[in-house]
Amino acid sequence: MSRYRISGKGRVDHAAPVSFTFDGKTYRGLRGDTVASALLANGVHLMGRSFKYHRPRGAVTAGSEEPNALIGTSRGPGRFEPNTRATVQELRAGLVTESQNKWPSLSFDLGAVNDRAYMLFSAGFYYKTFMWPKSFWDKVYEPVIRGAAGLGRSPTEPDPDHYASRYLHTDVLIVGAGPAGIAAALAAAQSGADVTLVDENPEMGGSLLSDPGVAIDGRPAWDWIDAQLGRLRAAGVRLMTRTTAIGYYHQNMVGLCQRLTDHLDSPPKGAPRERMWRVRASQVVLAQGALEKPLVFDGNDRPGVMLAGAAQTYLHKYGVRVGDAPAVVTSHDSAWYAAFDLADSGAKVAAIIDTRATVRPDLLDAARQRGIEVLAGHTVTTTTGRLRVKSLRAAAVRGGTVSGGRTIPCDCLLMCGGWTPSLHLFSHTKGSLAWDADGGTFLPDRKTEAVEIAGAGRGLWGYDPVLADGAAAGLRALQGLGRAGHPAAFRVANDRPGTGTSHTELPTDGNPGKARAFVDFQNDVTAKDIRLAVREGMRSIEHVKRYTTNGMATDQGKMSNINGLMIAADALGKQPPQVGLTTFRPPYTPTSFGAFCGYLRGETFQLTRKTPIDPWAEANGAVFEPVAQWRRAWYFPKAGEDMHTAVLRECKATRASLGIFDASTLGKIEVAGPDAVEFMNRMYTNPWTKLQPGRCRYGLLLGEDGFIRDDGVIGRLSPDLFHVTTTTGGAARVLTMMEDYLQTEWPDLDVWLTSTTEQWATVALNGPNVLAMLKPLVQDVDWDDFPHMSCAECTVAGLPARLFRLSFTGEIGFEVNVPARHGLTLWETLMEAGKPFDICPYGTETMHVLRAEKGYIIVGQDTDGTVTPQDAGLDWAIGKAKKDFVGKRSLSRPDIVAKGRKQLVGLLTEDGSLLQEGAQIVLDPDQPKPMRMVGHVTSSYPSTMGHPIAMAVIEGGFDRMGETVFIPMPDGVRRARITSTVFYDPDNARLKA
Amino acid sequence: MLLIHCPYCDDTLPELEFAYAGEAHIARPADPSALTDEEWRDFLFIRTNARGPHYERWRHIGCGRLFNALRDTVSDRFLTTYKAGEARRPLTNEAAE
Repeated sequence: MSRYRISGKGRVDHAAPVSFTFDGKTYRGLRGDTVASALLANGVHLMGRSFKYHRPRGAVTAGSEEPNALIGTSRGPGRFEPNTRATVQELRAGLVTESQNKWPSLSFDLGAVNDRAYMLFSAGFYYKTFMWPKSFWDKVYEPVIRGAAGLGRSPTEPDPDHYASRYLHTDVLIVGAGPAGIAAALAAAQSGADVTLVDENPEMGGSLLSDPGVAIDGRPAWDWIDAQLGRLRAAGVRLMTRTTAIGYYHQNMVGLCQRLTDHLDSPPKGAPRERMWRVRASQVVLAQGALEKPLVFDGNDRPGVMLAGAAQTYLHKYGVRVGDAPAVVTSHDSAWYAAFDLADSGAKVAAIIDTRATVRPDLLDAARQRGIEVLAGHTVTTTTGRLRVKSLRAAAVRGGTVSGGRTIPCDCLLMCGGWTPSLHLFSHTKGSLAWDADGGTFLPDRKTEAVEIAGAGRGLWGYDPVLADGAAAGLRALQGLGRAGHPAAFRVANDRPGTGTSHTELPTDGNPGKARAFVDFQNDVTAKDIRLAVREGMRSIEHVKRYTTNGMATDQGKMSNINGLMIAADALGKQPPQVGLTTFRPPYTPTSFGAFCGYLRGETFQLTRKTPIDPWAEANGAVFEPVAQWRRAWYFPKAGEDMHTAVLRECKATRASLGIFDASTLGKIEVAGPDAVEFMNRMYTNPWTKLQPGRCRYGLLLGEDGFIRDDGVIGRLSPDLFHVTTTTGGAARVLTMMEDYLQTEWPDLDVWLTSTTEQWATVALNGPNVLAMLKPLVQDVDWDDFPHMSCAECTVAGLPARLFRLSFTGEIGFEVNVPARHGLTLWETLMEAGKPFDICPYGTETMHVLRAEKGYIIVGQDTDGTVTPQDAGLDWAIGKAKKDFVGKRSLSRPDIVAKGRKQLVGLLTEDGSLLQEGAQIVLDPDQPKPMRMVGHVTSSYPSTMGHPIAMAVIEGGFDRMGETVFIPMPDGVRRARITSTVFYDPDNARLKA
Repeated sequence: MLLIHCPYCDDTLPELEFAYAGEAHIARPADPSALTDEEWRDFLFIRTNARGPHYERWRHIGCGRLFNALRDTVSDRFLTTYKAGEARRPLTNEAAE
């Protein structure tokens, strides 16, 4: 039996010991313990070091709001998790845990030197200390700050666990299964409504689990809970434990994170670790209770100083006495009951110090009966104890003056500064809060969703009003569904009602400038820091928060927000509601990335689109590259070839004889209907009226702003049918844009648009021998009338096909489209037929080189959304006689016709080196920095001509032909000559063969 | 996540199925060439940027149709949705609040 465990007490299983390690030392706890309760049972309060000052810290709470007791937990490689709250992590056999923010050890930490130097680390110290000298920032300050910052250490391996996600639609979702939540569920479960009750803890019951002396309807609290949960189960209510409502989104969507295996000794193989639920509820009841507030006084952060309610929870839920000689300091009645329960369990309560001068007589009587000294109207001015609190100094407060201090020895100090309704989720909905001056807290006010707030979350206290309120809220939710139910009433015996008052820092007779009175424990923000921030000009609570980091720790201000606000308001001389509260944002508690990702990781993160010919490419050793969502063959290396060698071989084979390329990813849109030609005239820059069926044309698509959006070859198959191709990445965008104009601007046009990208497999054939190879395979084409830029519906290799004669390489070229299911057959047939011509399969890299040699642009690479047709040298594609098309008006805007626009040109380096795509270009390399950049390299490749080629956009480039420009790179300045973008066969002689 | 009513499908569906498509009721001029540079600039770039009820276009990815919506940019609530080409819906009492 551990020293501080009370035999037979609590909800832990005393017959089931569980071993675990903390910082390498083995401890014993019980089944049902958390790491914190098990350590406390062994007398260990010191569980971590604080973030900034490395001060020794222990658990302050017994729940998910814990700011101090953050530990690393491990279940083997890849299963290390930092910053787990020891107050939440359930014990499991073989659990390995470690403390954080310490070196070399938790009890002796060199980083604690920060604590002695605390005067240097006041609010905003980042902004003040590291300003000068400027040169120190990169080399000294940032590395040191980066080294010291961060909480815990990140795991380095991929997470081997998997995570699930589910959707749920329910009539009533109740968050929090304390007394109010259970009462609400009982009410809502009438009349057959679908009800879901969730709680973040392993067990339902909430505060009643820490108050077993209360009796409801004649039953002890714990029996009552069991009976009600049984009733709910029988009524078909979905009960979910270890399930945190992390966020409350629009229209009653609530995100739930359910932890499934972290508490198990050995999780079932393949079981998901966590499951994210996206719940859509018709009605939501928030019964999240209230969070206890610390009091702010010098030394309130020593290990052994904790919330009174937490001590009560450790006692009743876990059978752990947090100390033998606890002292209590409080401004609320609730802590008195904690003192009584500890005294009744055998602790010697050193004193109850209440900041209020007047205390309820029945509490005074109960203290007297137990022989507990009471100091009403007193304050705590300081504490002692390095790794554990040893004593406190209590002093009387009269008329605002502190006097007569006296030291009281204790081994723990239980504090209570009142209770803050937990309204985080409610605030996610932008529900407004109203300041309750009596309670010194914010309460829910105007609602934006179909939501009820019940119980302590509404500022109620005591089980009688809370149960009644929960039942009423559940009934209202039921009525909100249009269903009827009966009101319920509960009889509560041994209730524990209470009220309290709120404070800023507790009054002291010490020097407030030296007080280490913590408001935010994890981020080491003191009351002094907040007052300093106000003195230095912070007026908004949002500024105070960011300047001091108050409320920015992983508990997201659950401990610190209200205390920080009270102090800031006091310093500003304003009422708290005038200062306001910082914004609550999801998630309610830290949530793993895995839970958010769910199934969407690895292969399922994003789909990979594959063409019908992809299996052939894979079997033949293609190296792939992603293009939009497609996986495309990049190049086909032969044994021993690197990329450069393979690509040049593919380029040369294509120019010399015959190359074959899978172009199936090209976007394809069928534009059909009587008004198809009118629609094309309006959408594309080019004229389409005179394009005869059986001919195709390069089409250029602009945005209404005149900038190039997409391009592609478009064939007119019949008077009312166009086969439009788009860039691989632009297919969906272009169709959407076309649909937009058709539906909303020109609904009178009789046109249908159909995406056919995936219906056609497309094989491109290029090279001087293409006709010799292809002709025998083609039927129904009149070769005497099938020049460059022709198209036909015909038969290729016995397959129904759409044949295009066009070129993206500068060689004679064809694109054969066949229904996708025949794509692989077509490819294999063409490969066979091409053998006599040494047919060479090539990938996207060779396609890029060949097109660049010809100066054919790639939209999105050589254009970037600020390039007009004129800028790209594509004026010829504009139908000048057309009155209008999308973007036409913009081509005459003043900025578009102005001189000095960046224009697309070719670049040849003088030393024959390869430029880097994206490299910036200057006119004078000797000018002082920062240099004036006049453009950048858009495309750069080795070529078949023995020297690299590049394209670039350069200010006034067309007027600078033959001039030299400079490209400064880390290893020296490159010189390059501006040329035409057409490097190869400028007269198109090869196309006319 | 919002639930949005598609007036074509007549169904209320999750936001994931929809895409925002800019401010509504800005018709493309019948003859852009007749516009001054300033008028064309206004058509291209100048938007209401309303704080509160805002007329805007959405596209239902599922059915591919564009429709109009009145959405409060403060509360992010859809006040109503209606088909493209229909007249601007009046501000309801709820919207005027």
